[in-house]
Amino acid sequence: MVTNRSACNPEISLLTAENHERNGRRKNSDCGPLWDLLDAVKDPEIPVLSLWDLGILQDITQIDAAIVVTITPTYSGCPAMQVMTEDIAATLRQAGYDNFRISTRLAPAWTTDWLSELGRQQLRLYGIAPPRKEKPIHCPRCDATDIRLISQFGSTPCKALYQCRNCAEPFDYFKPI
Amino acid sequence: MIDKQQLKEFVLRLGDDSLVLGHRLSQWSSNGPFLEEDLALTNVALDYVGRARMFYGYTAEIAADGSTEDSYAYNRDCRDFTNLLIHELPRGDFAFTMARQYLVDEFNLAYMERLKLSRDKTLAAIAEKAYKEDLYHLRRSTSWILRLGDGTTESHDRLQNAIDDLWGYTTELFEMDELDQEMSKANVGVDVASLQPEWIRQVTATLSKATLTVPADDWVVTGGRKGIHTEALGHMLSDMQFLQRAYPGQQW
Repeated sequence: MVTNRSACNPEISLLTAENHERNGRRKNSDCGPLWDLLDAVKDPEIPVLSLWDLGILQDITQIDAAIVVTITPTYSGCPAMQVMTEDIAATLRQAGYDNFRISTRLAPAWTTDWLSELGRQQLRLYGIAPPRKEKPIHCPRCDATDIRLISQFGSTPCKALYQCRNCAEPFDYFKPI
Repeated sequence: MIDKQQLKEFVLRLGDDSLVLGHRLSQWSSNGPFLEEDLALTNVALDYVGRARMFYGYTAEIAADGSTEDSYAYNRDCRDFTNLLIHELPRGDFAFTMARQYLVDEFNLAYMERLKLSRDKTLAAIAEKAYKEDLYHLRRSTSWILRLGDGTTESHDRLQNAIDDLWGYTTELFEMDELDQEMSKANVGVDVASLQPEWIRQVTATLSKATLTVPADDWVVTGGRKGIHTEALGHMLSDMQFLQRAYPGQQW
């Protein structure tokens, strides 16, 4: 039986302390327009996720005349990080900003708790099951929970490969870390 | 009190461990036994190469001599590499690769858990990230040890042979030289010797469950931290460093 998508329970999640803090940093920042500008930079492998929604954009500050963009890498070796750094630079330059620095902050380590609620919804619509720490994983297509793990590693370091036993479709699952 | 030179040397060791193992794993890319496993091996390789970049980047920062992460990866010869020998052994068959991975995953998870507490903030931050990755590395390598060990006669024998061939290299994981002792005393590094009893207990439990035998401690090879390597490293470097040696400074 295929469950009607519209009948899915919306995922109710509590705002994590870290996300609350990140939201505050963005809201109270003096560089408001820059945050909006960088919303255009997406994860090259998951082009529906902005850097903000993915949780890697930590802070934008202005020190003297220079803009400092602080990001936290997802996985140590993820090649997408390099691309995203270059995309940030290109976006800033295109908007006329030349004096900037992109700094990498390792601690606290990136966690999937930093994915925004919007990011989670977009992942699901894109066909990737969003990370869930305790609750069962739902198939992003038919919402069933009768699923099986095919491989702990999917097409990118952040994903695992699953298959839905209900609709038989294989799907990517964004691993919670 | 530790000085900059000591810290640099210590961080460089960790970078060498990560790069050499990462490179060995990457040699499975497009050669895996099946697609999902190919992806998995390549992903784990990426984690290690990424880790190497962070350690080398930090080494360059400490050195402050114009070196970059690439200088350490591509412009040093065998004797300058100070990785533990177990990481440089050729990838062998799939059983050998998974046996090595399991043995070092058990070690790395415990190591990174301690390194997270390092007084050095950068090392602690790298360890925090590495620890998370090691958790799922270990989950995966453990499941392969159980599947292959408790599988067919062929898979069991191949895995047992691999464990036997690797065993003498595991002692080095827990060796403390002068630098390790200094770093551990300063709460920057890890007292690896203290990790050995728990490692033995954990490895023995997994191997027994996989119907494998823990080898006798009748041979030991060490020397990596002093730059004394097996024959395998030179061959690996000649391949890995070829491009930068032939075309110095070449970029993607």
